[in-house]
Amino acid sequence: MSDRAQHYYVPQPSHWMIFGSAALLCMAAGAAGWLNGWEPGRYIVFAGLAILAFMMARWFGDVVRESEGGKYGRWEDVSFRWGMSWFIFSEVMFFAAFFGALYYTRLLAVPDLGSIDNKLLWPDFAAQWPTAGPVFKDPFTPMAAWGIPALNTLLLLSSGVTVTIAHWALKEGKRAQLALFMLFTVALGVTFLCFQAYEYGHAYSDLNLKLSTGVYGSTFFMLTGFHGFHVTLGTLMLTVILARCLAGHFKPENHFAFEAVAWYWHFVDVVWLGLFIFVYWL
Amino acid sequence: MSAVIDSGHAHDEHRPDGGIMRWVTTTNHKDIGTLYLWFSFTMLLVGGMLALAIRAELFQPGLQFWHPEFFNQLTTMHGLIMVFGAIMPAFVGFANWQVPLMIGAPDMAFARLNNWSFWMLPVAATLLVGSFFVPGGATAAGWTIYAPLSTQMGPGMDLAIFALHIMGASSIMGSINIITTILNMRAPGMTLLRMPLFVWTWLITAYLLIAVMPVLAGAITMLLTDRHFGTSFFNAAGGGDPVMFQHIFWFFGHPEVYIMILPGFGIISQVIPAFSRKPLFGYSSMVYATASIAVLSFIVWAHHMFTVGMPTAGILFFMYATVLIAVPTGVKVFNWLTTMWRGSMSFETPMLFAVGFIFVFTMGGFTGLILAIMPIDIQLQDTYYVVAHFHYVLVAGSLFSLFAGFYFWVPKWTGRMYDEKLGKWHFWLSMIFFNVTFFPMHFLGLAGMPRRIPDYALQFAGFNEIASIGAFGFGLSQILFLWIALKVTVLGQGEKAGQRPWEGADTLEWTHLPSPAPYHSFDEQPVLG
Repeated sequence: MSDRAQHYYVPQPSHWMIFGSAALLCMAAGAAGWLNGWEPGRYIVFAGLAILAFMMARWFGDVVRESEGGKYGRWEDVSFRWGMSWFIFSEVMFFAAFFGALYYTRLLAVPDLGSIDNKLLWPDFAAQWPTAGPVFKDPFTPMAAWGIPALNTLLLLSSGVTVTIAHWALKEGKRAQLALFMLFTVALGVTFLCFQAYEYGHAYSDLNLKLSTGVYGSTFFMLTGFHGFHVTLGTLMLTVILARCLAGHFKPENHFAFEAVAWYWHFVDVVWLGLFIFVYWL
Repeated sequence: MSAVIDSGHAHDEHRPDGGIMRWVTTTNHKDIGTLYLWFSFTMLLVGGMLALAIRAELFQPGLQFWHPEFFNQLTTMHGLIMVFGAIMPAFVGFANWQVPLMIGAPDMAFARLNNWSFWMLPVAATLLVGSFFVPGGATAAGWTIYAPLSTQMGPGMDLAIFALHIMGASSIMGSINIITTILNMRAPGMTLLRMPLFVWTWLITAYLLIAVMPVLAGAITMLLTDRHFGTSFFNAAGGGDPVMFQHIFWFFGHPEVYIMILPGFGIISQVIPAFSRKPLFGYSSMVYATASIAVLSFIVWAHHMFTVGMPTAGILFFMYATVLIAVPTGVKVFNWLTTMWRGSMSFETPMLFAVGFIFVFTMGGFTGLILAIMPIDIQLQDTYYVVAHFHYVLVAGSLFSLFAGFYFWVPKWTGRMYDEKLGKWHFWLSMIFFNVTFFPMHFLGLAGMPRRIPDYALQFAGFNEIASIGAFGFGLSQILFLWIALKVTVLGQGEKAGQRPWEGADTLEWTHLPSPAPYHSFDEQPVLG
């Protein structure tokens, strides 16, 4: 504890949080209206998203200014590390719910539907994965693992390497290498997202594989969709970090924002490995 | 000591201006704690009014006041509001006020995030209460929102789903804040095993919250897509399974019930030693017991689902795992009793609530054990026995511990003593009316009265009348509490409290800070020898 400064930085009162709450109110009420056929709902959702983006830009702007202004020492840094770790743990648990649903469906729900108990109800249903359930009659083709998904695995794993090289460069003060490899990382993330968008288009138009294609479509699109959403967020975060690198932020010994985003990116990477194995491959 | 008081004076001019913007923009843990506590008490009154609407209907057999659909909305919203609006935020309010004071920290680790964690809650409450007024009314699927009921209801269900998302986000952010504060901001010398037990229980609770609130978010997201986007997670026709919702929900739901009681254990573990004038008996076994309860909470969820249909091996596993929880809980009750043993006890209001807590909570624990036994549970599932059980642990457990904590710490918060005479009245009225309300429900349940039904067979009338009378008495007793709280906080009445009004209290807020605690405390951390 001897390395900690005497005073912990406690920020002054701030106006941004209440904007966040207003944004959430708009998004939730608007979405509930929109989903139930109330036309203005969608505009309220978009207004909420805009307010949220504004709030995050201003709030994080304050944090960046405080950080660059030297307000944070070693003590605050440890707080940020704990905070980010627990946040990523909460994200892991969010994905755990969907992976749990996938395992439950494959190991318990679908075999049960094909069991002798249900023969009276659905005599023709064969319990095998992938399935869209006993009622769904539209034929569909499941997504193959060794095309785009394998390529995407390669892309994401490579991006984990490039972000690590960028980190080494940052620690050694090689700013040009840092910027270059951050750019590579962002580019790999964007490429991944483009491939995934293409894959979704392919699924809908060629494979007849949709979100509504029974439980296979549900688990496939929800798991990959939420992962894709996290890749999008991660890419945005990497882009902000890239911009901050170009603006001369971060020091070789003090750059937790960079590390936090790198941690997040590795988390997204690991989730993808789980997806590749259990959603696409097995 | 003097350094602390000096810094208190030095910072008094930094106190923000009055008016509503102080509360909207504040980054101070004490302000935010106050906001949490008033919010949760408001929600307690709202949820309480719903409960009274339920009890009014059940006063007599037959339909008196409400349509059955609306009755189901009442029970559902009563549950959701009490769990997510009243009990959970109240404990976070205590954490906000007390954790920094008890570990010698200047504030919470993330002060702005702390503000947002709170200000999400009024949004969620607006959505929940507002859902009564949309077409079709509020969700009537029960607070457990089981599919397929919840995949069929109107816009009120969507509002409830979004409200749960927001409250979950608030809980996760609040927990990250609390856990980081505890791990990183303790005073030098306060090792983990020297932390006050309230801090320990919150550390473990925060971990539970971060682990299971995202799982609830996942479950209700699947509900939302099943409702509106054609997915089949909980639809057997598409290869899914409605029972899967129950598994995911209770994987969240069982840790959730410990989330609502562990900080209460913490409060009781502060109050009992203070008024027994003895150190807590078996401190480290208390810590390990709390941790064991938290670990076990993840492997018992299916005891809520014994009637759903499960392989015998599964039933046996969940039954034995559940009964195992009685061991660490027994350790706790034993330690509280042993702390009191030969103590120099006095019975001010906090102690009354704490001793009352041990008595009624233990009863709730015993009925829990009975319900854990699968052959009995098959009979009692969805009867008033279950209602009696969880109100014994949630009202007489969580709520009584919150009252104990309020009376215990309000002198430190306001610098004034609450009205002791009224406090004692509040305790005895609450205790008596609580038992008048809920004790007869055991008999109703054993006799087979189902829950969540607005009408009942004639033979249940007598006990229902008693329960309804008790409920209104209990509700009115809380109006007395509102008056006690207003008097000591807003009106500033009551005799001045010294730095340490409870001579047996020995944590940092009593030994190092004046009463009321200065707006900024522990700018310089105390060093523990």
